Amino acid sequence: MDKTQNNKAWFLILPVLILVAFSAVIPLMTVVNYSVNDTFGSNDFFWNGLGWFEEMIASDRMHAALGRQVLFSAIILAIEVPLGIFVALNMPKKGFWASFCLVLMALPLLIPFNVVGTIWQIFCRIDIGLLGHSLAAIGIDYNYTNDALDAWITIVVMDVWHWTSLVALLCYAGLQSIPQAYYQAAKIDQASRWSVFRYIELPKMSGVLLIAVLLRFMDSFMIYTEPFVLTGGGPGNSTTFLSIDLVKMAVGQFDLGPAAAFSIMYFLVILLVSWVFYTVMTTLDAQETK
Amino acid sequence: MAQITLKNLAHSYSATPTSDADFALKQMDHVWQDGGAYALLGSSGCGKTTLLNIISGLLRPSQGRVLFGDRDVTDAATAERNIAQVFQFPVVYDTMTVRENLAFPLRNRGMDPAYIKARVQAIAQTIGMEATLDRKARGLTADAKQKISLGRGMVREDVNAILFDEPLTVIDPHMKWELRTQLKQLHRDFGHTMIYVTHDQTEALTFADKVVVMYDGRVVQMGTPEELFETPAHTFVGYFIGSPGMNLLDANVTGNTAQVLGAQVPLGAAYAPISGRTQIGIRPEYCELSATEGLPITIRRIEDVGRHRIIRGEVGGNAFNVIAPEGAAIGADQTLVRFAPERINVYADDWRVQGGAV
Repeated sequence: MDKTQNNKAWFLILPVLILVAFSAVIPLMTVVNYSVNDTFGSNDFFWNGLGWFEEMIASDRMHAALGRQVLFSAIILAIEVPLGIFVALNMPKKGFWASFCLVLMALPLLIPFNVVGTIWQIFCRIDIGLLGHSLAAIGIDYNYTNDALDAWITIVVMDVWHWTSLVALLCYAGLQSIPQAYYQAAKIDQASRWSVFRYIELPKMSGVLLIAVLLRFMDSFMIYTEPFVLTGGGPGNSTTFLSIDLVKMAVGQFDLGPAAAFSIMYFLVILLVSWVFYTVMTTLDAQETK
Repeated sequence: MAQITLKNLAHSYSATPTSDADFALKQMDHVWQDGGAYALLGSSGCGKTTLLNIISGLLRPSQGRVLFGDRDVTDAATAERNIAQVFQFPVVYDTMTVRENLAFPLRNRGMDPAYIKARVQAIAQTIGMEATLDRKARGLTADAKQKISLGRGMVREDVNAILFDEPLTVIDPHMKWELRTQLKQLHRDFGHTMIYVTHDQTEALTFADKVVVMYDGRVVQMGTPEELFETPAHTFVGYFIGSPGMNLLDANVTGNTAQVLGAQVPLGAAYAPISGRTQIGIRPEYCELSATEGLPITIRRIEDVGRHRIIRGEVGGNAFNVIAPEGAAIGADQTLVRFAPERINVYADDWRVQGGAV
């Protein structure tokens, strides 16, 4: 039997298309416009072709920022994913303490990004900050404003504090969906604690873990507000991540052309890496099904 | 393998049980033979799962002891009891292959790899999954997964007992029959003690040598399918076993006659004077419509189920069913129902009274 061809359904997605056009596509097109032109203000544009792109691809400054960004995302994923799983495994399963932990875990997620940065900036100051001053008092040479390593450690700890909850809550939801019978069966089979994790909990969590890894990768790769408030990208350029550098270039130096070219490449990199993550993880999933 | 003894066992979910009603499982004393196939049968909430969890060690009874052989295991953890359990829904390790799933309980106990290999092969053959041994368990159908669960339960030779908690709930009807037959076969081949929880009488009656009928936290009867059918020890057994269940009528019993609705019904045995609410119970199979003798029956509806017909009606305001064999004529003048005297059971306050010789 022939299917009735009825493409009217496409009209139903028209509102979304319009909305997305105004909120994302059209603004993005102005960025595209800047990236292929040179401008000195007052809406005078001079065609520059792919010049800005070539300049940016060859730029050492961008290479350094990209390197720092990749390192940062790698560290964040390496710490937050295992730590989140560990926290989720050890959270109470029911009763008052379960609700208590959930609320406690959700708190950091509810704090605005710039407030998180401010909290840590003050917390770590060596003159008045609780952490910074305490560290100084016990004789540890810590100063995030002029030591690059200290700055990195501070930003990583801040991000772990801010976002591990997200991974933990997602994993917790995954764990809660495992029927009790699985644990009983594992007990009867005399499975070790590791086996229970490896063969029951991890496979059941894989779906939410995929989401958690993707979210944490994207967020950490685009991080701006917290390090900007905390270190402003310093000392020197040591914590200048891609987005911070981009803002410096576009708003600080008014190099709109190179900044636009770079933001397009930045966008494509995130898109590409997310796509690779997603494809790899879903094909792994599909292979296991076979 | 071991004989299972339940000594003065009772369980209450409340911390301070005061009355009988607080007990999910009322006090019981039972010995379950080594190598027997038992079915725990009862409606939802009758305590059969509680009893199973006590035997498997997931629940500690609030009083009494559980013995496997001579060993008191009341306080032993599940893992120490050396039992296997198959759950209502298939529990398989998704990321493992079928082979790894079957080998898992053996590997965890550090068995010899050659032995594991041979044993897994043997089990795979019994459950008919040799061809899929190297596939991941995740993509299999629900009944294949449940077969793996059954196989994992079977794979250890030295288990004290294998417990089944309504294992065929998620299985298609035609597969149910096949799996039930396989279970029966496995029981014959390996001789494990098997305890099978179900609310389906067909499953219980076909699987078990001994059916344990539970009602309201009590074991009301433990017997062969035939005993449950012919001499139900409790009116619940009469009602629950059989399709439709046993007919019950209030009566006054003196000697070998029952007074029912002003008529005399002869009984197959003589009874001493009975106190409490007295009823006679008769299976629909042993009733017969008649034009000349018996109790008046009002017929409401006749269902033809192929093999026989079920006549649904009322006797003295009580629902009453009669099974008429295929081909038996039912005429408009047949307004009476008569019983086979030797098939009538007498109940006092729901419990069966044993009669003496006439």
